[in-house]
Amino acid sequence: MANDNKTIDEATGTETTGHEWDGLKELNTPLPRWWVMVFYACIVWAIGYTILMPAWPLVSGYTTGFLGASQRSQAIAAHNAAVESRSAAGGGLVDASLEEIQGNQQLLEFAMANGRAAFGDNCAACHGTGATGAKGYPNLNDDAWLWGGSLDAIHTTIQHGIRGEDDDTRESPVAYAIGMQAWGDDGLLNEQQIRNVSNYVVSLSGGETESGADLEAGKTVFAENCAACHGDEGKGSQDLGAPNLTDKIWLYGGDVDTVVETVTHGRKGVMPSWTGRLDPVTIKSLAVYVHSLGGGA
Amino acid sequence: MARSAEAKKLTLEEGFYAAFLAVLALLCLVIAGKAVDQVMAFHAAVGVVFAALGVFLVFRGYSARSGNPPREIDGRPNYNYGPIKFAVIAALFWGVAGFLVGDYIAWELAFPALNLDFPLTNFGRLRPLHTSAVIFAFGGNVLLATSFYVVQRTSQARMPGIVTPWFVILGYNAFIVIAGTGYLLGVTQSKEYAEPEWYADLWLTVVWVVYLLVYLATLWRRKDSHIYVANWFYLAFIITIAMLHLGNNVTVPVSMFGSKSYIAWAGVQDAMTQWWYGHNAVGFFLTSGFLAIMYYFIPKRVNRPVYSYRLSIVHFWALTFVYIWAGPHHLHYTALPQWASTLGMVFSIVLWMPSWGGMINGLMTLSGAWDKLRTDPVVRMLVVSVAFYGMSTFEGPMMSIRAVNQLSHYTDWTIGHVHSGALGWVGFISFGAIYCLVPWLWGRKAVYSLKLVSWHFWVATIGIVLYITAMWVSGILQGLMWRAYTSLGFLEYSFIETVAAMHPFYVIRAIGGILFLLGALIMVYNVYMTIRHGEAEEPSTAAARPVAAE
Repeated sequence: MANDNKTIDEATGTETTGHEWDGLKELNTPLPRWWVMVFYACIVWAIGYTILMPAWPLVSGYTTGFLGASQRSQAIAAHNAAVESRSAAGGGLVDASLEEIQGNQQLLEFAMANGRAAFGDNCAACHGTGATGAKGYPNLNDDAWLWGGSLDAIHTTIQHGIRGEDDDTRESPVAYAIGMQAWGDDGLLNEQQIRNVSNYVVSLSGGETESGADLEAGKTVFAENCAACHGDEGKGSQDLGAPNLTDKIWLYGGDVDTVVETVTHGRKGVMPSWTGRLDPVTIKSLAVYVHSLGGGA
Repeated sequence: MARSAEAKKLTLEEGFYAAFLAVLALLCLVIAGKAVDQVMAFHAAVGVVFAALGVFLVFRGYSARSGNPPREIDGRPNYNYGPIKFAVIAALFWGVAGFLVGDYIAWELAFPALNLDFPLTNFGRLRPLHTSAVIFAFGGNVLLATSFYVVQRTSQARMPGIVTPWFVILGYNAFIVIAGTGYLLGVTQSKEYAEPEWYADLWLTVVWVVYLLVYLATLWRRKDSHIYVANWFYLAFIITIAMLHLGNNVTVPVSMFGSKSYIAWAGVQDAMTQWWYGHNAVGFFLTSGFLAIMYYFIPKRVNRPVYSYRLSIVHFWALTFVYIWAGPHHLHYTALPQWASTLGMVFSIVLWMPSWGGMINGLMTLSGAWDKLRTDPVVRMLVVSVAFYGMSTFEGPMMSIRAVNQLSHYTDWTIGHVHSGALGWVGFISFGAIYCLVPWLWGRKAVYSLKLVSWHFWVATIGIVLYITAMWVSGILQGLMWRAYTSLGFLEYSFIETVAAMHPFYVIRAIGGILFLLGALIMVYNVYMTIRHGEAEEPSTAAARPVAAE
């Protein structure tokens, strides 16, 4: 019935289908030839691909395809190949001592590459991609080492962490504090004493002290309270993780106000233990890599 | 005013909704009282307010109307435009809100401190707010508005019911409010694009079934026995979304009085169900639904017949049959078995031509009217939208190829691909439809300023181009950096280095987003001026004005 309404569209010369909805009509244009051909080609390709590759589910299993391709076995093979090539290049690291690694060009190259990659994905979050650190996170490029900058000391720190869960974790072996005492919060020093000792500490490295600060009084407070860990001259102790206060390197900041904050509330920097999370070869590699940045004897 | 109005009485329909909503208000009150978590208490309280408001609106509507609205006035259909107008305004509101949140989180990615260390403003909560606001709130309201308009106009029939169309529109927007506030309060079932919890899902199911019924009933009243192509696409959209929603949200609530539920599926089955849903939300919400818009508004605006009826029928069925299989391409190289991944990939490639069938039909409908591209910025918007559709439906099948996906997966390339479809295709076809609809619905001669439409078009287009090119470059760069190895077999770049490399592109993307948002604000102003100050349509050309539609 509707066919009676078919008209020829003037602009295109094509017949309409004869229907009209709210003024809308349709042309009876045939399917574009190229469109049909490409559509068919896609379908033919799809059928071919599903015959060659794992594709159709069956009751228990699936069609595995004539090419016998398996993503799973490919992945396993690639993994095994990678493991093999790595053990060929870096297998010696398993038994080599840290010093032997440093002395052997091939082992060193592998350890540095491994260490750099591992550092980026594990250490950089706190220490920065360039290992330059941030407030509370030590810069690893300088000569100041809280717990020692020798190969072995760095290796131990990475293995067991600092003030962590590990049984051998590094701690300040002082009965009253596993970190720095909160001298103000714990009521051990009053505000004036803290102000004085902070000025004194800042003066040790030639920093800017407050006018009218009583450095002598501060020195007395220091000798009576701080020297136990930081030493009589404030040079610190790597056995206790107590920083050297006479250099210009500051973990939290070396202005008087920040030192007052440190003395008042204490500090307790932590680092996780990496044993178990990283394999021993990677930890060794990291030690060699970090040592290369700013380590010493 | 209602010349042929019947005597006024409370209809069975009005009574039913009043009773249903009253019971619902009571139920929500009980749940609010016994709620085991604060969000449930809050949402149940919102439910009490909304349901009570619903009862009030039913009775207010009853007392305000002068009679039962007639189906026809003087032999012309008495179309029901009131709910459609509401949906158009809601679409504008949610659109601007969704674009704003999207751009804010784009800046958060460039400058993470912008998350303000506050749970509410965290990327994790704002991201679903953005996606749901633009897809389901903006896109959903555009689809509701246009589908109710198109099905009435092409059937030449008033949609049935006095309350029912309003129930669909307001009920859907109530769902959006529940979903959105839930995200901000941290409620999610952790399924992308299906984050709302069980009670919101249940409510949406009720609304959606009513939507389908209104749609079918209107179609039932059609004058021509043939159904116009736009209606096929709307029906595919409504029915498939119902199916997807039910399949992906099979959950077991921990308690009737708590917001938390657990999905019935587990592990890789859950992942597969999720991406069967996720991909077909793209296919049937963002594609079929908006193709329906294309099939009505492009021929209408350029005043030309649809290019090819045959192409429309072939590409409709091909698209509908093939799309539903393509989901597994979201899960290449995962725990999903290879055979499922293969099927997802081959069906995605087969999908290329069915998608382009729509593009051809949209573009070629301009045959004999190409000059309108130059003279009418609304046509330009509609046509560029179809061009973006063609581009992203080529890009999509290409990215589904395993070897390409190996590079593109998990990178910004995916985000760029999604946004060329979302901003270019869905956004522009919606804006074009809104520019057409607003004068038609409010009886205005034309949109307030075509010049502003042109500004909207150019500002938004530049925004889209900045967005997608930035994401292409950053995505491919990111993919290449992730897979770069040293000669000793170690990763060349740490993850954080790849993040740092993205920074400039994130800034460019966020600037593109600002432009897109700016375009939308221009549109809001233009729509406001059209409604408030637009020149009224001449009475002779005016279609039958709706009665008691407000």
